[in-house]
Amino acid sequence: MTESNEILTYFLELFSSGLTRGSIYALLALGYTLVYGVIGLINFAHGEVYMVGAFIGLIVAGIMSIMDFNILAILFVTLTFAMIYAAAYGFTIEKVAYKPLRKAPRLAPLISAIGMSIFLREYVILAQTPDFVSFPALIPKPEFLLAIKDYLEPTELLIIVSSLTVMILLLVLIKRTKVGKAMRSISQDREMAMLLGINVNQTISMTFMLGSLLAAFGAILIAAHIGQINYNIGFIVGIKSFTAAVLGGIGSIRGAALGGLVLGLTESFATGYISSDYEDVFAFSVLVLILIFKPAGLLGKATAEKV
Amino acid sequence: MISEIRKSIIAAIWFSVLSFPLVALKVDYLEKSIHLRWDNLAIIAVGTFFISYVWRYFLQRVEKSRQEEVSGGIEKVSSAKTETSAQKILTRLVSLSHSKPLIAILLVMIIAFPFASSTYQTSIIISTMMYIVLGLGLNIVVGMAGLLDLGYGAFYLIGAYTYALLNFNYGIGFWMSLPIAGMLAATFGVVLGIPVLRLRGDYLAIVTLGFHEIVRLVVENWDEVLHGPSGIPNIPKPGLFGFEMGFNGSTTYLYYITAVIMVIAILVIRRLNISRVGRAWMALREDEVACQAMGIDTTKTKLTAFALGAFWAGIVGVLFAAKSSFVNPASFTFFESAMILSIVVLGGVGSIRGVILATLILILLPEYMRFLKEYRILLFGAIMVIMMVFRPQGLISDAHHEYELTPRPAGDGIRPGMSPEFNSTTGSSSNNQ
Repeated sequence: MTESNEILTYFLELFSSGLTRGSIYALLALGYTLVYGVIGLINFAHGEVYMVGAFIGLIVAGIMSIMDFNILAILFVTLTFAMIYAAAYGFTIEKVAYKPLRKAPRLAPLISAIGMSIFLREYVILAQTPDFVSFPALIPKPEFLLAIKDYLEPTELLIIVSSLTVMILLLVLIKRTKVGKAMRSISQDREMAMLLGINVNQTISMTFMLGSLLAAFGAILIAAHIGQINYNIGFIVGIKSFTAAVLGGIGSIRGAALGGLVLGLTESFATGYISSDYEDVFAFSVLVLILIFKPAGLLGKATAEKV
Repeated sequence: MISEIRKSIIAAIWFSVLSFPLVALKVDYLEKSIHLRWDNLAIIAVGTFFISYVWRYFLQRVEKSRQEEVSGGIEKVSSAKTETSAQKILTRLVSLSHSKPLIAILLVMIIAFPFASSTYQTSIIISTMMYIVLGLGLNIVVGMAGLLDLGYGAFYLIGAYTYALLNFNYGIGFWMSLPIAGMLAATFGVVLGIPVLRLRGDYLAIVTLGFHEIVRLVVENWDEVLHGPSGIPNIPKPGLFGFEMGFNGSTTYLYYITAVIMVIAILVIRRLNISRVGRAWMALREDEVACQAMGIDTTKTKLTAFALGAFWAGIVGVLFAAKSSFVNPASFTFFESAMILSIVVLGGVGSIRGVILATLILILLPEYMRFLKEYRILLFGAIMVIMMVFRPQGLISDAHHEYELTPRPAGDGIRPGMSPEFNSTTGSSSNNQ
């Protein structure tokens, strides 16, 4: 293998691992952005829903692999269960911690979210384990992808493709369906939407469920790829995904996807070419730099100040 | 009654289903074992049945009093009538804390405390007082100036490391480090403040959070200069003219230093609150555009808020380093920033007494809940949620809620011809203290 070829392989390696990370950030960032768009709240417990999703997935996958099911069946059932449960958790969190605070001062739901996040972490520590546990490798490696193994990890490609597909589905849902329309109208003007007969409470619940679903989807994929999880995985991924959402312009769906990918790639390249110690420093530096020059994020619209 | 019970049963079933996989199952797929723990699930079912009943009862009461406030806005503005018993106790506490005898008693109690209790208790109270100062400092930024800062812990870290490094490298003592750390933290406050001047709201929140993470990670990774994750040990406690005091004696001495700093912080911030710059902060919080239109230099106002807030964090950082005699980056995670922010919000944004009350609850509660063992932090998280749900405006709500233009009946302390806004402005400055 020539030297230039090696450089190219290394670049591709970083590129694909960056895209993989980026697509997970994007999936979570969508959850943040959806919730923020609809009720203007930073849902600090979102990272924890991601973590709970991973643990539910571990339990389902564990039971099924003890019963010797086919790997594809396990993946499918695990994803389904984790997503349904995460949605239920998202729904419940909203009902318990945020709904009573709809009319409260803006900082109150934020603190309630932080409290919820602490609660969920401890809940998983107590109910399951404070240690790292290994997660079964559920993502299949089809034959035809092994050919490009030198350039792209097959599981990474599958993660990227499937999360992009989910994001496109979400975009269609937001743009084309009635629920999506209701969400957009609430984000524009909640009271007007209420007057026009939109069930606001139901739509907000739907938003939380949708966001949680995406988080669980990402959680299972990345857990199966990396191979281990613990109670702490939600925190840093959550913060970075929120960073991604802000980077892209919070409230903007496409912005969240773009922000996630930009953040993932930045991290991956900075780690690969500069230093792996400062991985998170690069991520946050990029955020600070972009916000200084574009205060509303990459795709966010700068709203004119009304006087 | 029956419908209430039905609702509780539904809640119990829902939470049982929700927690079933995590609570009742424990699977180890490598060793091929599945544990079923039905007893845990039974506890959850019974527990949620009662909790949901109590939860809904109190929630209804809160909603009812809120609705009365809205519907009776004009007739009975004097909020005393709509207050629940809990609120009455709080208002009584608030009015009590004005009284001079009580303050005198409190001061005597603070002075006498180290003699009446163990070193362990004393050190708990030291950290409580440290958090009070931190809460007051962040209150300048979040409560008064309305700038949501999630990275306040970074300044705390900077203060602690300033003392630790100055002492480690140059042998500089506590008293010299104290002002240096305060100034350095304030400088960093301005350094953070300048780039984020244009940002507002949640963008500001995430950038300050990013700043905190950057500072922490740089400390964690820069081994040569900042000693990395292992931290800096053997930081001395402050000395008294070279007088040897032993562990207990130096803890008591540190207790008094912290107490004095706390009292100074309370007095200074109280004065700041009604000073020119304090009123500028409040104007900034209420409406940035209007504030600018009134000729207030928003850049300068924001930067002073950041600098003065950070200054106190730097001071407390030195105290922290002296108290624990060891610093490492793990003591200054995001959790620390979240904790301080919770103190400010739970206390009631902008209120000094609120900060003190909230610190007592949030710092002492986990300390004295140790008998709950591993459920301590779980309950702590739950309490944060519960407090916010039932008292979203904070324990002692700041007077700026009174800015609403509700017409008041005559004889409500307003002289005819005086506009209600004017009245509430003066009211707020006196209430805030």
